[in-house]
Amino acid sequence: MRKIADFKALEKHAAELKPRLALRLPGADLSSGKREILICGGTGCQSSRSLELLEKLQKEIRAAGLASTAQARITGCFGFCEKGPIVKVFPDDVFYVEVGLEDAMELVENHLKNNVVAERLLYRDPQDDKPIMSHHEMPFYKKQMRVALGNCGLINPEEIEDCIAADGYLALASCLEKRTPAEVVGEVKISGLRGRGGGGFPTGIKWEVAAAQPGPVKYVVCNADEGDPGAFMDRSILEGDPHSVIEGMAIAAYAVGANQGFVYIRAEYPLAIRRLQLAVDQARAAGLIGRRILGSRFSFDLELKYGAGAFVCGEETALLRSIEGGRGEPTSKPPFPAQSGLWGKPTIINNVETLANVPQILRRGGDWFASFGSEKSKGTKVFALAGKINNVGLVEVPMGIALREIIYDIGGGIKNGKQFKAVQTGGPSGGCIPAADLDVKIDYDNLVAMGSMMGSGGMIVMDEDNCMVDIAKFYLDFTMEESCGKCTPCRIGNKRIHEILTAITEGRGTMEDLDKLENLAAVIKDTALCGLGQTAPNPVLSTLKYFRDEYVAHVVEKRCPAGVCTNLLDFFITDKCIGCGLCKRGCPVSCISGEKKEMHVIDKTKCIKCGTCISKCPTKAIIRK
Amino acid sequence: MDAEQCRCMDEEFKELDDYIGQFRDKKTALIKVLYEAQRIFGYLSEKTMLFVADRLDVPAAKIFGVVSFYSYFTTTPKGRHQIKCCMGTACFVRGAEKIISAFEEKLKIKRGETTTGLEYSLDSLRCVGACGLAPVVVVNEQVYGKLEAPDVDTILANNKG
Ligand SMILES: Cc1cc2nc3c(=O)[nH]c(=O)nc-3n(C[C@H](O)[C@H](O)[C@H](O)COP(=O)(O)O)c2cc1C
Ligand code: SF4
Ligand code: SF4
Ligand code: SF4
Ligand code: FES
Ligand code: FES
Repeated sequence: MRKIADFKALEKHAAELKPRLALRLPGADLSSGKREILICGGTGCQSSRSLELLEKLQKEIRAAGLASTAQARITGCFGFCEKGPIVKVFPDDVFYVEVGLEDAMELVENHLKNNVVAERLLYRDPQDDKPIMSHHEMPFYKKQMRVALGNCGLINPEEIEDCIAADGYLALASCLEKRTPAEVVGEVKISGLRGRGGGGFPTGIKWEVAAAQPGPVKYVVCNADEGDPGAFMDRSILEGDPHSVIEGMAIAAYAVGANQGFVYIRAEYPLAIRRLQLAVDQARAAGLIGRRILGSRFSFDLELKYGAGAFVCGEETALLRSIEGGRGEPTSKPPFPAQSGLWGKPTIINNVETLANVPQILRRGGDWFASFGSEKSKGTKVFALAGKINNVGLVEVPMGIALREIIYDIGGGIKNGKQFKAVQTGGPSGGCIPAADLDVKIDYDNLVAMGSMMGSGGMIVMDEDNCMVDIAKFYLDFTMEESCGKCTPCRIGNKRIHEILTAITEGRGTMEDLDKLENLAAVIKDTALCGLGQTAPNPVLSTLKYFRDEYVAHVVEKRCPAGVCTNLLDFFITDKCIGCGLCKRGCPVSCISGEKKEMHVIDKTKCIKCGTCISKCPTKAIIRK
Repeated sequence: MDAEQCRCMDEEFKELDDYIGQFRDKKTALIKVLYEAQRIFGYLSEKTMLFVADRLDVPAAKIFGVVSFYSYFTTTPKGRHQIKCCMGTACFVRGAEKIISAFEEKLKIKRGETTTGLEYSLDSLRCVGACGLAPVVVVNEQVYGKLEAPDVDTILANNKG
């Protein structure tokens, strides 16, 4: 795209490009006979071969002579990756799931040629197995409200024209044309937007502090490190609508008086890196970033910096050290980055999702954003639903929605009809919320009050088969590995916690250990240098609070109620045994005895619980209890 | 490094050198350069790290410090097929441990190790953002999702030699 001269030219451009989205927006003309087929090109769907599917569909469309009325393109993540590849047909609003290469012909023949929906490929309601005709009727999407994810699944993220047709960069342009930096900060303050990266700090106030710092050199940094394992909202935004983040950064830079930005993005997201770099290049070519943006006096450019697999680098001070090219070790605050950040200059750091909300706030107004959400948490939040839940995926909902609505209405309840046990929010820094609290309204403050936190939006659902001591140990294993080792409470303290948890899961725990855990946790929370160490004990404290009985069962009865902790389980051969002898031959300590064709038995006293016998048995006769 | 040595640099070092050449601000480019070096050589040997130190004009000790800090970097050669099992939370609660154990059993190596002859290496990583498909394994950039233990055989069969 050629350089766009100014605000007016951008507006004109947007108006001219609007027809690109005509079929995709609500209220599209159903009678035109034209169709667009959008195929998800996100990481999830690409791994289920969506790019090959795109080619196949394009070929079938040509073969059917439909090239003039139907076009197939890629788009960003719909959030329903588990059922990928996802294919959506506009303007009919039909949502196909798990579309294989072999389905391409049927889809083109039936739907595009004969106007009959390919029912076999529709999503089916797990309750009644009925196919659902329209995307917006799917329970997974009905209660969602998409702001940050608004363009994901709507535009082609690799074409800036699509983004401009969807009013991209108009917010930036109108800020440059019509508002002072202070007015921009004011609008963000009105919106009540709080940081989506974990802490929930009010974005407007952060910007205000940075704007007030003297000096010509300041920086804007986008935190795209997305360290919480199991959370993928930032990945989806970067892959599906990278321009929203670039525009948000440029607005932030204008508001605080910065001219240079960095995106710190994790190396594990190659597709997000590629799409973002492409978007940056396209925006620069169009004059939407770079020198004297849209003919104004404001210049802003940005560069990608790669994370290299250290969770602690998501913490803002560590992240700055990493951008500077060193080891990503946190430093103590104050000074806050807004005062002294990159190379000692005032720096604002915002999360991907925070920044993606910014253009919308400036376009639609802070009041509009503040009109949904709860009293102290405004707007929407993206959550990554995972674990033992029917509809795994990304959901964007208004703040203040009840957990129960997310898990049961949107998430479709627990997998395989099992019993809900807990949901972990806030990743390794957060905690578990038990069934009794499912009706609590989700916002920053309520989650903290429950001993958890919002974190970046990961939500891992656990059922009766998950052992809460084991889960706590999993998180401590994570934080222990990821501790940078700079301060003692975190390096040694969290290691001790991990040792105690290991002892408990192996049946060596005592009741005193439970008190020790609580004391240690309190000390670490008070004395660790950075957020990683300070929050690391949270998963232990919250499981101890809500699932103490499980800890006690491990310690006193030497029993794992969920049947997870192998050391506390015994192996038995049941009467399904046909006496084939396979287990006996496989057992490394020869503790299985029995004659051919007769039932075998395990000598519990010698068994080392390696599990080999279970995998050898052809009749699944061996169980552990 | 003097001009004499430069001329006998092999292709790969030349490629890395060209990459370094594009950075104006050499000191802050360190992580990107190491990233590229690892892409080119597959791992960061002492020779490579010393080369980078020289070209970026930073002390070798700093390079070693940075390389050892970040888990993405490796100083030992990896297999031609790099199997990385996601052990992130979403994958963990959906049985990732079974998948990585199955690889360990099949390849007769532990996580973090490489088979003799450098055919396979097995590592764990924390989340590739495909959590909806948990449990997930990445082999040479290709993501495999919704795995069960028997799929391990198929993956190994598809990535051989
Ligand atoms: C150990 C640790 C890891 C963090 N990881 C991330 C992360 O991956 N992404 C993120 O945006 N913020 C992360 N944060 C929060 C950042 O320090 C910082 O608060 C945030 O990026 C600020 O942006 P926001 O105000 O827009 O949320 C992490 C904090 C800690 C203590
Ligand atoms: S709390 Fe842990 S991660 Fe943070 S500085 Fe201390 S040792 Fe490093
Ligand atoms: S679990 Fe292992 S040691 Fe125990 S009986 Fe089975 S094969 Fe033998
Ligand atoms: S492998 Fe199964 S069926 Fe065969 S002897 Fe052992 S328990 Fe019995
Ligand atoms: S990657 Fe396709 S729906 Fe998420
Ligand atoms: S937790 Fe495995 S891909 Fe995210």
